[in-house]
Parts: sequence; structure tokens; C-alpha cells
Amino acid sequence: MLKLSAIQWTGLAVFFLAIFVGVPMMIAATGRTDLFFTLTSVGLLAIASAGVWLTFYIGRINIGQGAFALLGAYVSAILVTKAGMSFWLSLPLAGLFAAFVAVLIGLPILRLRGVYFAMITLVLTQVFTLTALALPITNGAKGITSIPLPGELSILGITLIPDFSTLENPRQAFYFTTAVLMVLTYAALYRIVNSRLGHLCRSMQQNEELASSIGVNISYIRVLIFAISSFFGGIGGAVFGSIAQSVYPSSFQVADSVNFMLNCFLGGLGYVFGPMLGTLVLYFGWDLLFELGKYQMLIYSSLLIFLMLVLPNGLLSLRLPKKGGQDK
Amino acid sequence: MSALLEIRHVTKKFGGLTANNDISFDVHDNEILSVIGPNGAGKSTLFKMISSFLPTTSGEVLYKGERISNLKPHVVARKGIVRTFQETTIFKSMTVRESVIVAQHLRAKASLAGYFWGTKTAHDDVDSFGNYADDLIEFLGMSEISNEQASNLPQGNLRALGIAIGLATDPKVLLLDEPFAGMNHDETMKMVDLVRKVRDEREVTVLLVEHDMPAVMRISDRIVVLNFGEMIAEGTPSEIQNNERVIEAYLGSADDEIGI
Repeated sequence: MLKLSAIQWTGLAVFFLAIFVGVPMMIAATGRTDLFFTLTSVGLLAIASAGVWLTFYIGRINIGQGAFALLGAYVSAILVTKAGMSFWLSLPLAGLFAAFVAVLIGLPILRLRGVYFAMITLVLTQVFTLTALALPITNGAKGITSIPLPGELSILGITLIPDFSTLENPRQAFYFTTAVLMVLTYAALYRIVNSRLGHLCRSMQQNEELASSIGVNISYIRVLIFAISSFFGGIGGAVFGSIAQSVYPSSFQVADSVNFMLNCFLGGLGYVFGPMLGTLVLYFGWDLLFELGKYQMLIYSSLLIFLMLVLPNGLLSLRLPKKGGQDK
Repeated sequence: MSALLEIRHVTKKFGGLTANNDISFDVHDNEILSVIGPNGAGKSTLFKMISSFLPTTSGEVLYKGERISNLKPHVVARKGIVRTFQETTIFKSMTVRESVIVAQHLRAKASLAGYFWGTKTAHDDVDSFGNYADDLIEFLGMSEISNEQASNLPQGNLRALGIAIGLATDPKVLLLDEPFAGMNHDETMKMVDLVRKVRDEREVTVLLVEHDMPAVMRISDRIVVLNFGEMIAEGTPSEIQNNERVIEAYLGSADDEIGI
């Protein structure tokens, strides 16, 4: 199924070793367990960014991922606290519900292109925040708090995942959960891009009229992609809520949505693993500039503008040969 | 000869402007029919309505007796009526081969999920797409530029690429949008031969919209002439050449104002 070169296999092996063995060992050696939390955040943001990247792949600028992350977080939180459902079941349901809502919203708005679609999605995050403030089930501004940690997951009496609250270090458990989810997300993304669906997306990105003339049901593909994108957003948001053990209307804001998009730009729109790298660099970049105090935002945004000017195809264009996908 | 495509009283109005008024004609199986007319005669509008890229205001288009107007373009393509575009409408950052492969969407047997999981049907499809693409590219004489990126191709090749993309869908009726526009004499003659070859060897019915008169006279079995949205003539090239109303439309009638 996978046709990878020797270098790609090596890269993949190094990557797996790094996230599943290297990072935990390094943290154990240095005792900086707070890094687990930081890296978990990066992983979750990278999952949501993968969705944004996918909507870029059909030529739509999506600045609304925060809305679906918020939705996923609330769905999981409500299912766990009010219905007493296991977190592990609420997680896919949160993703699916986000996808379902994305279909309803996507049907009308995906007809728009370019800046118009971007503007609508930008508003979406704010709309979802306000909705969360107004609805009784989301408990308004007080949000949903004291969400229990994920419980045990067992099939036929065999424990697959232990109860997080019995663990000595739940942060480490969240880290591994996120790492697995992130790997699954990017594996799925890679398969989508390199299978027929990805080819159809590329054809739509380059010319929707021509794509429909060869028999591609473009409205169906657009909605499908937007739903998959939002599924990733919902999953990322749901795990976030579980780690923080709380969800507020302000858990995901417009700024988060913009960051998801920036992660994709920074990593490179032509590369599947672009958003992952982009998220890592952007997250740590922001933290590194913390020392600058009030100049943090100024330097940060100037650097971003500079990077986009110098590397319009993203950071990965520095070392990888361009592998199609992105229209110059 | 039976009518494959029937255009029945098709009218298109944009606000107060009538772009096409009550157009009716038949397209027969395996013929090359050209729709000609001066600029603004409503050729492109008619063309878009036949391929369902525009809805009709009234009237309908039938394919084998089944209505194909006012549907979605991909539905019409699925039935075997496929249009091409002028040269700027291509998949810019795909190679010729990639474009022809992606355009075989309608020939796919596996589902999108099948491709995702890499089922056997999907693998067979991928192999068959590749072989079909190579055959088609050779048939069109484009083997040398098979791996060129579309955005690097010169104009003449882009037109051929457009036809290749259309043919990759394995159409029954191919609608060509001004295939000779902007071409010099030699390129036009090459394209005329290519279109004839497509019709003869792949048994495709061709309907084209064009205003290059010499090429149209050479290529067409029959011609339909539009002027100011009205259909003014229909017939073989020689009939059209001697039709007074056509000559009038193209050369202008005796000018009443100066009293000639």
C-alpha cells in the first residue's frame, strides 16, 4: 500500500522513535514534566491544523477551525459530564458531530470562494463562541468544569487504556494519546492526498469548472472535505477539553482559528506534514519570544511576515523537492 | 440518421437581453456539427446550456430522448456529454499525464473509500487509468510532452490538452469551445485533422462552436448559423456558403442609411 523511498522510511522511523521514545526519555532525564503538556498541546493543535490544511487543498481558506474545535470540546464534555459516557466513546462522537455540523454549514458557504469564504469562516468562530454563551446546555460563561479524566477502556475484559485518574502521571498518558491520534490523523491525511480523493481535490483547487466538466461532483467533494477537516478539529478540541478538565466559550477564539491557518502557511501548503511542523515552530516560536515582553507580538508578527515573503511555500520547501499540490 | 442530441426551442434571457431565441436543431450520431455566428450571436451561451453550465430560460436539450438541460455539469458529463474549454482552463500544476489520469474519474470502478484503503479494485483502476492515459496521449500525438507541466505548455498544445482531458472521460458527445481560436493556418489544419481523427477512430459525436470560417467549412458535416441570438440557417457547408441570410449576417446587408 505504501510506496516510500528508503529516505522516507528512515525519516518515518526517526519520527516515531522521537515522539514515542525520545521525548519521554528526555523528559524523564531532565525532569521537566511540564514539557508533556506543551508537546501535547502542539500535537492537538497540529491535528486541528491538519483539517485546515485539507480545506486549503480544495482551494478554500478556512479560518473557522476554532469553531469546530470548540464544538468538539463541548460535545465531549457534555457527553461525559451529563450522560456519563466514557471519554473514549465521546471522542469519535465529538468528531462526528463536528463533521455533521460542518456539512450543514458547508452546504451553503462552500459555494463561496477566495476571500468571501475566508470571511465567513472567520465569523464562524465568533458565532460558535456566542452560541456557547447563550445556550443552557453549555452553561453559558461559566462553562463546563470538573470534567472527569478519561476512564478505563477495555474490550472483553482486557484493559486497553487504564483509567487516567489512577495514573501517577496523567500528563504523560495524554501525551501518548495525542501522539497516537496525531499519527493517525496524518496517516489519514497522507492517504487522502495520495489517493483518488486527493487527486480530485487538486483538480478542484486548480479549476472547479474543468473538474465538474469531467464529471466530478464538486459540491459533494467540497462538503466531504470540509466535514473531514472539521472532524479533525472536533477531535483536537475534545482532547483539549479533557486535559484542561474544563471548557469555556473562550476556550477557542478567533485568534486560535487564525493560528491554525498560520500553522499551515508556515509549514507549507504543498506538504502533508507542513501543518505539523508549522504548529511546532509557531508554538515554540511564540514561547521563545516571551522574554521580549511587550514587544513579543510585534517581533512575532514581523517574523511571520518576513518568513512568508522569503518562503511563500512554507518551511518544508527549504529541504524537500516540491511535490505538486500547490498552485504557484 | 437518428438525432442523438436534440435542441428544442431553447431560449435564454439575461434580464432584458435575449441571448438565444427559440433555437431548435438536431445533432446526429457521429457527425461533426459546428455552430457559427458573428461575435455576440449567442454561440457560447447556447454551448453552456447544452452542457448544463447555464440553465435555459425555456426549451430543453434532449440526449437520446432524455432531458439534459438544467442539470448539474457533472451529471451531464456522467451521461457522456462532455465540454472542453478554451486554453486558459486547464489543471495548471499537473502534467499532461496527470491531467488525463484525473480526468478518467468517470471510469473509476472503486469508491473513494476504496482508494483510501487501497482495495484491489482501486489498484486495478489505477493501473487501467495509467494505461488508458498513455494510449490516449499517444493517440493525440502528445507523447513527447506527456510529463510536461501544463503551465509550461505553449498555446497550441494547451488546446490539445483540453481535448485530451475531455476525451479521457470517454464521452459520446464532445463539445468543443472555439478549438481554433488564436491559431495560425498550420496549427488550425492540424487541429482539424485531429478532431476528424477523434470522430472517426473514437466514434465521438462532435459539436463545436467556432468563428474561424475556413476551418469550419473544412471540418463540418453540417453547420448551424446564429445571428443576434436567432438561428438563421442550418445545412451543409456548401449550402451555408450560398445562403443569403448568412452572407448578409457576416458581410452586412446593403446599407439602407446611405440609400444604396
